[in-house]
Amino acid sequence: MSSELDFLSRHVAMGRLSRRDFLGRAAALGVSATVANSLLANAVRAQGPQKGGDLRMGLTGGESTNSLDPAKWLTQVPQNFGSTWGELLVLQSPEDGSPQPVLAESWEASDDAKEWRFKIRKGVTFHNGKELTPEDVAQTIRRHSDEKTESAALGVLRGLGDIAVDGDNVVFKLEHGNADLPLLLTDYHLVIQPNGGYDKPDEGIGTGPYKVEVNEPGVRHVSTKYDGYWRDDVGHVASVEVIVMNDATARMAALQSGQVHIINRVEPRTVALLSRAPGVHIESTPSKGHYVFIMHCNTAPFDNHDLRMALKLAIDREQMVNQILMGHATIGNDFPINESYALFPTDIEQRVYDPEKAKFHYQKSGHSGPILLRTSDVAFPGAVDAAQLFQQQAAKAGIELQVQREPGDGYWTEVWNKQPFSASYWGGRPTQDSMYSTAYISGADWNDTRFFDEGFDKIILEARAELDQKRRAELYREAALKVRDDGGLILPMFNDFIDARREEVQGWVRDPNHETSNLRAATRVWLQQG
Amino acid sequence: MQILKLIAQRIALGILLLFAVSVLIFAGTEILPGDVAASILGQSATPQALENLRRELGLNEPAIVRYFTWLGGLLTGDLGTALSNRMDIATSIWPRLKNTLFLAFWAAVVSVPLALILGMLAVRYRNGWIDKTISGFALASTSLPEFFIGYVLIFFFAVKLNWFPSFSTVHEAMSFGDRMKAIALPATALTLVVLAHMMRMTRAAILNVMQSAYIETAELKGLSQFDIIRRHAFPNAIAPIVNVVMLNLAFLVVGVVVIEVIFVYPGMGQYLVDHVTKRDVPVVQAVGLIFAAVYITLNMIADIAAIVSNPRLRHPR
Repeated sequence: MSSELDFLSRHVAMGRLSRRDFLGRAAALGVSATVANSLLANAVRAQGPQKGGDLRMGLTGGESTNSLDPAKWLTQVPQNFGSTWGELLVLQSPEDGSPQPVLAESWEASDDAKEWRFKIRKGVTFHNGKELTPEDVAQTIRRHSDEKTESAALGVLRGLGDIAVDGDNVVFKLEHGNADLPLLLTDYHLVIQPNGGYDKPDEGIGTGPYKVEVNEPGVRHVSTKYDGYWRDDVGHVASVEVIVMNDATARMAALQSGQVHIINRVEPRTVALLSRAPGVHIESTPSKGHYVFIMHCNTAPFDNHDLRMALKLAIDREQMVNQILMGHATIGNDFPINESYALFPTDIEQRVYDPEKAKFHYQKSGHSGPILLRTSDVAFPGAVDAAQLFQQQAAKAGIELQVQREPGDGYWTEVWNKQPFSASYWGGRPTQDSMYSTAYISGADWNDTRFFDEGFDKIILEARAELDQKRRAELYREAALKVRDDGGLILPMFNDFIDARREEVQGWVRDPNHETSNLRAATRVWLQQG
Repeated sequence: MQILKLIAQRIALGILLLFAVSVLIFAGTEILPGDVAASILGQSATPQALENLRRELGLNEPAIVRYFTWLGGLLTGDLGTALSNRMDIATSIWPRLKNTLFLAFWAAVVSVPLALILGMLAVRYRNGWIDKTISGFALASTSLPEFFIGYVLIFFFAVKLNWFPSFSTVHEAMSFGDRMKAIALPATALTLVVLAHMMRMTRAAILNVMQSAYIETAELKGLSQFDIIRRHAFPNAIAPIVNVVMLNLAFLVVGVVVIEVIFVYPGMGQYLVDHVTKRDVPVVQAVGLIFAAVYITLNMIADIAAIVSNPRLRHPR
């Protein structure tokens, strides 16, 4: 019996027998559907990726204002579509966060991590037929790191210094040593373009597995397989269509009716409903992104260490995870790093909800009267509910929070980073260093907790140039403790990326770096036929 | 001659109104809070990138200068360039406008005759069960918010029955048949939204006329009830009906934002929403003006139709 099933399941995997027929025959042989399905899954895995088929994705985060210029990408549709036609030098490993070669074949650093040589892969062509040269790479990085650029990658690349071409290599001479340079180059904006995109930044010519076919911003984007693509372990489907669906219900309906294969941003409160739909599979992936309440450490009353500590102890993180994100999150510990980062300090004690201790610190701070917390729908999904929940939790510690709901329009310009206590979110960064340097060192672009601590700055600077991983891990542990215990960050949870796919979509890679499998679902998955 | 003069007056008035609207739109967008550059770059913008973009967009010129530059361009058919993606507005609006008009046209083709016929039927069987059923159904469909109607249609006809696609993304390469299939659900939703208003007005206007002496005459001549309504009552009730029909047609063009978002239909509404959130002022102004033009034109047509159909207005004393 089982040999017959094996035979049949191999046939399904090769596409000679439909899945439904297989289940029917399995039932005839007296095998339960569960067993039959798992047999099938094994056979499919053994068979490896199937080529061909037209993949359709219904994604939120697309506007008619989108451009193919990688420097301008901010939302999910251009990001996802961009990864079908463009490639980076380096990609971050989904498993351990280490840098993996893509267009850069290998790299090496000088002992002080100030000079980096990246060997550029040969035999790669752009969609216009031109061969990729180290000069294209150097120009691309120059365009994104130029002080006059509009690129959103500027913050990551600042201080890159001199970029030169030497034979097959691109050589970076940094002003300060940085052991993380390869990881910084995983920023999704840094798609290598002919002549760095200086000539026509939005022409959509890259080295990716698919070439741009249709570009209707805010409506849909289509790319088809590029015949001259250099590798065959990604880019399995024949074409990719990204359809802009900003309405959550529209995305769910399109997935349920089988008109799209993948959707992003399933709302936490509807996940349970969607997961019951036939043929649909939820992909919930723990991420580096986190939802936060931020206090300005230099503004009264938050300049008082005890008051900050009181508020940190007065939030029930577990309840937040369960009621605001329906369990699709992991608990935070008031520093912006979790185990998705390399060198995550695992031995830091989890801060828990403790109304008694919170009350103690609150009374010690000498503060009285309500504390104003500003929130908005756009701060993060469920931010208004979360603020109200926080209010109730804090009330048990005798702390009176006054929740003020702000309009979503203008929240990021008028409230966040301006008002002393507000709700906000952060996406993940490739490294601990880039997270801390973006928002926690004294000179950070967005020091949204107004955290000024010279000792902390020194730790981050030292860790940046440290090539000894053990020493680095120690330094990052110290840094985490400083933010956790002295900073103005209340971090109840790291949100999961909640995507969903049809069952025929196979080969999904769980990747904590960005949603939809680090924006690369389209090039990683294949469509199971039959 | 009298009638031509009247019509010319209406058109001149319409144009004047359009100018007034253009001033209002410009002033309105000037008052809006927020900064274009910040909205374009979003939360992760560096101050450096912001400053660079602001300078490049020329946001420092005085408002009055920008108004007249804009108006001048408008009169020569140049709607300007979108701030957010540097695309020519006229060329990016045109396909969107075509899509919106396509959807509005088919919704109108279904809903207007349907409303008129249902209205007449309701009069014919007034106060009977047919009248009550028609009115009840129409009022119920109008009372429900349009997004609810949309979701209900999607749930049954797309997800459960799989008769139509759940989203209506249309594009150039699509055949006419595919296009019709794609817009079937949004057009139905729109029809349900506008039906009742037109139907009720038809019913009320005709009923009003039905009290007249000449209807009695027609009855005495032995005409059938429906013929009386169709040939005698309806033509005399046309002015108020045309007004309401035009109002609803205008809604089909300018009021479909919600339906477009739910059904993922690439029309003007979504285009406008995208650019409002990006503070893309030139696009908002252009779209606002197009919407105003549609509204004014349709109302003008209603006025003119009313004048032409009514001898008392045609020959004012």
